[in-house]
Amino acid sequence: MRIARRGFLAAALAAPVMARAAVHYAPHADVVAEGVWMVRGVDAPIAYANGGAIANSAFIATSAGTVLVDPGPSRAYGALLRGLARRVAGAPVTRVYITHLHPDHAMGAAAFDPAIVHALPATRTDLERDGRGFSDAMYRLLAEAMAGTEVVVPQGDVTDGTVVYGGRSLRLLALAGHSAGDLALLDARTGTLIAGDLIFHDRAPATPHADLAVWRASLDTLAALPHRLTIPGHGPVDTGDEGLRQTRDWLVWLAATLRDAVARGLDEAEAGELPIPERFAAIKVARYEFQRSVAHFYARDEAEILPQK
Amino acid sequence: MRKIAITLGIALAVPAASAGAHTLPADPLGSPMWSYRAQALFGDAAVVFDPRVRMIMPAIAENQHQYPVMVDARALGDVRRIVILIDLNPIPIAVDYRPLAARAVIGTRIKLDQRTPVRAAVLTADGVWHVAGGWIDAAGGGCSAPPVSRARGDWAQHVGEMRGQAWREGTDTRLRVTFRHPMDTGLVDNIPAYNIDTVSVRDAAGKDLGEIGVAGSVSEDPAFTLVVDGAPGALTVEARDTDGRTFGGVVPAP
Repeated sequence: MRIARRGFLAAALAAPVMARAAVHYAPHADVVAEGVWMVRGVDAPIAYANGGAIANSAFIATSAGTVLVDPGPSRAYGALLRGLARRVAGAPVTRVYITHLHPDHAMGAAAFDPAIVHALPATRTDLERDGRGFSDAMYRLLAEAMAGTEVVVPQGDVTDGTVVYGGRSLRLLALAGHSAGDLALLDARTGTLIAGDLIFHDRAPATPHADLAVWRASLDTLAALPHRLTIPGHGPVDTGDEGLRQTRDWLVWLAATLRDAVARGLDEAEAGELPIPERFAAIKVARYEFQRSVAHFYARDEAEILPQK
Repeated sequence: MRKIAITLGIALAVPAASAGAHTLPADPLGSPMWSYRAQALFGDAAVVFDPRVRMIMPAIAENQHQYPVMVDARALGDVRRIVILIDLNPIPIAVDYRPLAARAVIGTRIKLDQRTPVRAAVLTADGVWHVAGGWIDAAGGGCSAPPVSRARGDWAQHVGEMRGQAWREGTDTRLRVTFRHPMDTGLVDNIPAYNIDTVSVRDAAGKDLGEIGVAGSVSEDPAFTLVVDGAPGALTVEARDTDGRTFGGVVPAP
């Protein structure tokens, strides 16, 4: 009788646990330079199966603790990064930077004291405006992976310039174009550029808040900045500026292709089916991001290009 | 030519002919609303799921307020109506197009209130409806969140502004037009329904080439693509909204 009841309980408990096993974060840190680690996101859209863990994060070891750049999509993921940072860098996370507003990079801030979470003023403004909407969208897509994730609005206190933290000199670049505020960081000791979503590598750029001309100008700034390797916002670490070139190439092609489609009279739905050039064949989620970009820009381009009657 | 009244309500209210009733085919999409929507739209007419109805639409709804859909049913021959049907929208019929001297092509942007089948139903001259479509995932609220221009507050300064251009498409003429209009659904914040309800296209002699019945589930600042027969010259486009306002313009020949 007793055994039967235990068996029943085990069965009853096992069912929901198995149903929830679809989301299982397993962040892994790779050392990319002395005292610098990258945690890779998967090169996929935000989806239930990946719990939104699609963006790269970075750790920088300092004598004042570990600096974490981009805490990921959720409280649970941010908490795992906190433990991972302590194990690989040997010290707890004492400072968090958020490169820009997007939830795959920013919402993991829920796992940290808001006093140590920093971003550009524009990113703070963006998250005050959009954080709640992002939260709704992420909970809808990711369900229990988001459990306990509240919107943490970062300190909007980052300005362009060099800071020395725990003996490590970090050049902070206040840029824009992927969004209204894009923070990039250059670690002086190793020449590691942590580019946020200004640079995508072997993964198609996302454009929901992009200004393509401003983005290209920011890429010019990064191209002129001496650096040895790049941790892109998405995709593998890059030692040859391939990601920077790919991102620029894609953005130039995207802008020209959409304006040309409007000028040729294509319907927005047809524009989403235009061929993607062969040179982007190795770029992941290219069709997905292209169709998203059509949605972001087509009506605006039409309002500029179609003649008013 | 008899002026065709394209009021979306009429299509729904016409009682089904009792003679020659056809059995409704099972829905390949398994929509919970299929038989209900089909009964209202098709009555007892014959319905077939037909891959010759080509629907062009993105795999994802990046913006549930602005989802582009294009229907190309030129492979069917003599087409009388093209209806864009969104099963799970509170306003399920977005567009009811009658190509009079035009090809069976219509493109527009629609609102999606939740994950739903999006379909085209195309009526041919023999009285058969040809249907195609697919499930599209969408965040909620496409029909029940205020339009951008309401939030911005400038809609009244621009309402009715039209943009448009024509291009040669083989021996035919393609037209793309956009209008500024809030396209209020009546489902938001005590703002009454206010939408464009017809768009008509005529040639210089006043001959009707195509008439589009439009509902509030067409996106704010609506856009339309259609293809008229041959090269009729300058095209006069006129839209009328539910307040009886008319606006439009002349799009020169390509």
